[in-house]
Amino acid sequence: MNAFVHVIRRELNLAFRQQLDSLMVLAFFVLAIVLFPFGVGPEPNILARIAPGIIWVAALLAAMLSLERLFQTDYEDGSLELLALSPLPLEMIVLAKVVTHWLTTGLPLIVAAPVMAVMLNMNTDGMAMLILVLVLGTPSLSLIGAIGAALILGSRRGGVLLSLLILPLFIPVLIFGVSAIDGALNGLTVKPQLLILSGFFLASLALCPWASAAAIRQSLE
Amino acid sequence: MMFHKFANPTRFLRLSTTLTPWFAALTVTMLAAGLYLGLFNAPPDYQQGESVRIMYVHVPAAWMAMFAYSMMAAMSAAALIWKHPVATLVAKSSAPIGACFTFLALVTGSLWGKPMWGTWWVWDARLTSVLVLFFLYLGYIALHNAFDDARRGGQAASILAIVGFVNVPIIKFSVDWWNTLHQPASVVRMDGPTIDSSMLAPLLLMAGAYTFYFFWVLMVRVRSELIAQKVRVLQMKQAQQDMT
Repeated sequence: MNAFVHVIRRELNLAFRQQLDSLMVLAFFVLAIVLFPFGVGPEPNILARIAPGIIWVAALLAAMLSLERLFQTDYEDGSLELLALSPLPLEMIVLAKVVTHWLTTGLPLIVAAPVMAVMLNMNTDGMAMLILVLVLGTPSLSLIGAIGAALILGSRRGGVLLSLLILPLFIPVLIFGVSAIDGALNGLTVKPQLLILSGFFLASLALCPWASAAAIRQSLE
Repeated sequence: MMFHKFANPTRFLRLSTTLTPWFAALTVTMLAAGLYLGLFNAPPDYQQGESVRIMYVHVPAAWMAMFAYSMMAAMSAAALIWKHPVATLVAKSSAPIGACFTFLALVTGSLWGKPMWGTWWVWDARLTSVLVLFFLYLGYIALHNAFDDARRGGQAASILAIVGFVNVPIIKFSVDWWNTLHQPASVVRMDGPTIDSSMLAPLLLMAGAYTFYFFWVLMVRVRSELIAQKVRVLQMKQAQQDMT
């Protein structure tokens, strides 16, 4: 457990030294959302109607952009090999990296999302639900994305490949995340969506570190 | 064990050489019989009229899309667990065939949807999950070719194939779990098929034809992969001889 905390602390230190990386992800998230009022027109009703979808899609893309570097830098300078040799299981190291990824990109997105929702004219009744589903959903994105980030290690054209690998797997989270917010806005019961999102989170928490550790091992062979 | 016996590529080559003409013959006869029964002999549907005949092309293609993926995932698991050399090639060779079947299912479904539902495409659970399956095939093929070292590409793609297998049960049960425009299963179900035998016979014949077609093309593809490997080894040897 102590070693696990140490790995998290190391990753956080690295992230703080390169604050620009997380800030750029946040800037991408905001910019991607800002494009929509220009694309679909500034009609408040239309924007309010599609706000949950826009925010979720932008969060998905922002998470995906930052995932490319999850293992890449450590793989290139060789520290991933040393981490793999440490007594801590590789699965736990993956988990530590995922936790840091969520803290440095997922959390800022959740903080920025309500502001963006206000700018898109979303009804404030859905605000609490927006934050709740992002809290439930974004960890799953980091966990599922870790598999893709591990698979592309050492490949050519990693970034484009990553989007092809993990965006299809993000679709279920997107569907239930958006439908929970829509349900809350229309006064419907959202318990099933929340349960399914929690299920996704728990399943990916149990399975994804294992799969990405397997992918990292074969890349270090 | 039978499965490990065919880890020897030479033995597999011998088997595939004997089987290929049989698969080809079975494909042609079943396809001819299925198409004749389906397009000329089977009655038109009381609701859908003549356009129900798209079913004989569409439904088996969708079955094969899932079958090819399951095959690919099982072979990928075998390749990772036992480092089975032929299983890797079988998985790799299944992917393009499966992708084609998925594409065929999507296109024929769309053509069937236009007269029946009045739209080419709806975002319901069955259609969306099959589209995801198509992207998983593409991702698998792309990942296979993304590495300079072919062996590494094979291993990474195998892990992806196993991870993506979660989608297969979702496709199968999507019509039961959600209320969709797509009709629920009427052939493969617990209480037996609910479809008339005059329609079931051509459907099953077409499914058989598609299956044998899959194995036919699979054998040809695996054989060409094995031969390509041999050519590469010979070229390396040649290059080494030229150097000394």
